Amino acid sequence: MIDIVMMTGTGVLLGLAIGLVVRYFGVPVNPLVESLNELMPGANCGGCGLAGCSDYANAMATGRAKPGLCPVMSAEAVAKCCELLGVESDTTEPKIAVVCCSGDDDHAAKQAFYNGVNDCLNAMLVAGGSKGCTYGCLGLGSCARACPFGAIEMLPNHLAKIHADLCTGCGKCYMACPRNVIKLVPRSAAKVHVYCNSPKKAPIKRTVCKAACIGCRKCAKTAGEGQIIMNGYLASINYDNPPAEGIVEVCPTKCLRKAD
Amino acid sequence: MNKQIKFYGGVKLDEGKMTSNEPIISAPLEPLYTVPLQQHIGAPAKAVVQKGDKVLRGQLLGEAGSFVSAPVHSPTSGTVRELSSCLGPAGAQLPAVVIESDGEDTAAEPLPIFANWQEASPDELKARVAEAGIVGMGGAAFPTAVKLSPPPNVTIDTVILNGVECEPCLTADHRLMLEHTETIITGARIIARILGVKQIIIAIEMNKPDALEMMTKKAEGTGVEVVGLRVLYPQGAEKQLIYTVTGRKVPSGKLPAHVGCLVTNVSSAAAIADAVCLGKPLYERITTVTGTPVAKPGNILCRVGTPYSSALALCGGVKEDPLKIISGGPMMGMSVYSLDIPIIKGTSGILLLAADEVSQYTPNACLRCGRCNDACPMEMIPGILSSTIEFHHFSLAERWHVMDCIECGCCSYVCPAGRPLVQHMRRAKAVANATRRAAEAASKK
Amino acid sequence: MSEQTTIRMPDTSKLVVSSSPHYHDMGSIPKIMFTVLAALAPAVFASIYFFGWRALLVLSVCMVSCAAIEALLCRLMRRRISIGDGSALVTGLLLGMTLPVTSPLWMCIVGSFIAIGLGKMVYGGLGGNPFNPASVGRVALLLACPSAMTTWVTVSGCALNKWVVDATTGATPLELVAQNQPGPGFWSLFLGNIGGSIGETCTLALIVGGVFLIALKIIRWQIPVFFIGTVFLITGIAYMVSPCPKFNPMTHVLSGGLMLGAFFMATDMVTSPLNRKGAVVFAIGCGIITTIIRLWGSYPEGISYAILIMNALTPLIDRYTAGRPFGVARKASQKNA
Repeated sequence: MIDIVMMTGTGVLLGLAIGLVVRYFGVPVNPLVESLNELMPGANCGGCGLAGCSDYANAMATGRAKPGLCPVMSAEAVAKCCELLGVESDTTEPKIAVVCCSGDDDHAAKQAFYNGVNDCLNAMLVAGGSKGCTYGCLGLGSCARACPFGAIEMLPNHLAKIHADLCTGCGKCYMACPRNVIKLVPRSAAKVHVYCNSPKKAPIKRTVCKAACIGCRKCAKTAGEGQIIMNGYLASINYDNPPAEGIVEVCPTKCLRKAD
Repeated sequence: MNKQIKFYGGVKLDEGKMTSNEPIISAPLEPLYTVPLQQHIGAPAKAVVQKGDKVLRGQLLGEAGSFVSAPVHSPTSGTVRELSSCLGPAGAQLPAVVIESDGEDTAAEPLPIFANWQEASPDELKARVAEAGIVGMGGAAFPTAVKLSPPPNVTIDTVILNGVECEPCLTADHRLMLEHTETIITGARIIARILGVKQIIIAIEMNKPDALEMMTKKAEGTGVEVVGLRVLYPQGAEKQLIYTVTGRKVPSGKLPAHVGCLVTNVSSAAAIADAVCLGKPLYERITTVTGTPVAKPGNILCRVGTPYSSALALCGGVKEDPLKIISGGPMMGMSVYSLDIPIIKGTSGILLLAADEVSQYTPNACLRCGRCNDACPMEMIPGILSSTIEFHHFSLAERWHVMDCIECGCCSYVCPAGRPLVQHMRRAKAVANATRRAAEAASKK
Repeated sequence: MSEQTTIRMPDTSKLVVSSSPHYHDMGSIPKIMFTVLAALAPAVFASIYFFGWRALLVLSVCMVSCAAIEALLCRLMRRRISIGDGSALVTGLLLGMTLPVTSPLWMCIVGSFIAIGLGKMVYGGLGGNPFNPASVGRVALLLACPSAMTTWVTVSGCALNKWVVDATTGATPLELVAQNQPGPGFWSLFLGNIGGSIGETCTLALIVGGVFLIALKIIRWQIPVFFIGTVFLITGIAYMVSPCPKFNPMTHVLSGGLMLGAFFMATDMVTSPLNRKGAVVFAIGCGIITTIIRLWGSYPEGISYAILIMNALTPLIDRYTAGRPFGVARKASQKNA
């Protein structure tokens, strides 16, 4: 009986003590930061350029950062942030990541067997990786491990695939890719992409990858003015003025494809 | 000099120098040379020739792109077929000039010869070293002229010529020391003249007694001191060499110049002598082609731009198929997957390894046995660093001085768990360099 | 060009690329572990000689159950089954050697489960464990079944013709000296003609195995030398101050688990410090704790506790004994540490 009384008493006393400490020594939290924090996605991806969501909320409250830097937040959330901060809303176009390579094991030639740490940067530092093409996806999944949203799947034949519904365009994969195969493009314009990243001449590319862009210019000629730009021997989409989806029909190597 | 200081760690390796007694043979002319414009550390050379241009042997193909850079010269006479790119030993595409040989091998007008270099001014000599495109020929290929221009606040009092060749299998420097002893000594004295230095030391590992003897004999009366060093890998690493020879420790993140030393490879010294006394720019080097699968291993004088396959064919091809082809030595060389890669100024060897000589990496956890700790000549803690890097704590690794790693490979060599320690270090260094560059770019904005 | 046709050029389609270095000293974890097993062989023979054939049964049960438990746990954790590296066998053998010859077999299996399961696999397998698995197993058994763990048989010379030596219970030399009675003579202690756990009694066999491992550079000589030296020094000083059997340094050094612990358990790579300096600190710490427990603690023996306590301190020792890299100034290193 005494035990129960003692335990209960201790509990009550400790609870009281905690309450008092919070009451008198608690650090006041800026209510603005709290309400901003609630609007944050909470993924702590760092896409805004700050250490995480609460850091960004703090930075916005103190005027160190502008709203709209977060690639993940919805437009409404950004608008609410602006309202709370009393600034003009300034939304940025949401982005999406694209792996500009079709060179999986079936298409791209493997020059050698890579024996080492399972990481793209490590493979890059060893003879430039095992794929014959020195511009394509290395297929070891550094981007997939870097993605905070689990939006990147490594296909069994060594090519990264981005799931558009999960991708928030935070840019982590873009930073992780040592080959710069991943590009960030405006989400609204992401209808068709050139899935090739090699600026080399067609004969060189063809020897190492069957799915490479051969620089035939068919797409550039068929599409409207300035919709597809030839970048050396590589076609590239002008995402400010994207071509219609039908353009994919003309590509002989099928490296110009609809977004998948 | 009898009692040598021993640097910490190091490993004893099976030397496998099967080509020590093979005289240098000159490679015949190739129909096609692919001369990369970046054969050195620093900015690539800027091409000064156009497609279709006629070039002569020794003619300038590319001029130095920036302060840390070196010019590139034509290995033979012929026509420039195209300016394209080629695969380099590190796996990256390098800009290159492809030259179709005309078979005449006509030499261009040589650079003016310094008949009496003892009287020439140091600046003239230094300009010649830069002009001749001389780089460190031990493997790293750092432009020698840059090395010869120390920062103004330091004085160099010792020149050390590195004839250690501590990498197993390679014998290019060994043969050079035997066959071109005097050229090396002249080169050493030219370097000393450029820097105004009295003390010149040529360091040779004890496993090359013939080279040591020859060098000592020829060096008599020239003011050049020849020392024999104990056989321990990596004796030829710059910092370890300076420590053994002079007892000075190069501070972390600093250059040898900060302790008053300059280390250069014996091949580079010979190239300097050729450039000054013969007016010949650097367009050829001695490469050791070796390994158990090679039919007739040998030391070959190859012109820059010769593909590996030609050098190998000159050595009789292979007896069995190799599992690895390595550009350089077995401890620090880079494994490559193609024989079309051209020989460049830094290619000290082409090594082929058979399947039974290659140990495959398996992903084991660190056993904490501490062997890497005992072997690391930089006195680091490779085991802990590698685990740190494995979990992406790059800034922590940098605080633990990962940037001091010389990538000698001792840690991976002794690791019983077969961990790719050096590979982890490389990655951390690459990440740290990228972060640093990003920070610099941001601060410039 | 006719010569060209006869030259065989390598097939470049099956090449391997990997990071340098391309040479390896061809050492491996299984090599180390099986060498340790070989080094323990003399002690195993000695134990069969003095305790009878049941000793072999206890050791085999421990080894087999350790390997089986590791395989099972690897399976459950969906990992590569790692018993091929031999470390489970070493743990099993060491655990068995710390048990009395009369231990029931179920105890061996429980001990193996604790050693491998709670001592190693929960930390992610070999390399991740902070504590020596065999010590963990032994200490758990000592706490759970104190009477079975301290029932000793009397040993009298060769027992090769027996299943187990006569079941008359005796005391270990350490128990004797703890009660301030004189222990057995030097030769009995040195050859192992005394009571105790299976593998700990024959000092000669353990030293032979230990020296073998030191010669092959598998263990650091600093650990056994400083461990045993510290125990000898402290008990020696105490003996000089008050010469009673309780402090006899010879009994302390030659009996109990000191030799087994110092040569084979404290030197476990995973749980001992990385560098030489750290190893010395670690060994001296082990020696001090062992002596304190033996002389003033309530247990007559303290090796496994000493090893576990120092295992816990290993990361700290590593941190403070990590050397400065070549060319790093003293101040800079301290600032960053």
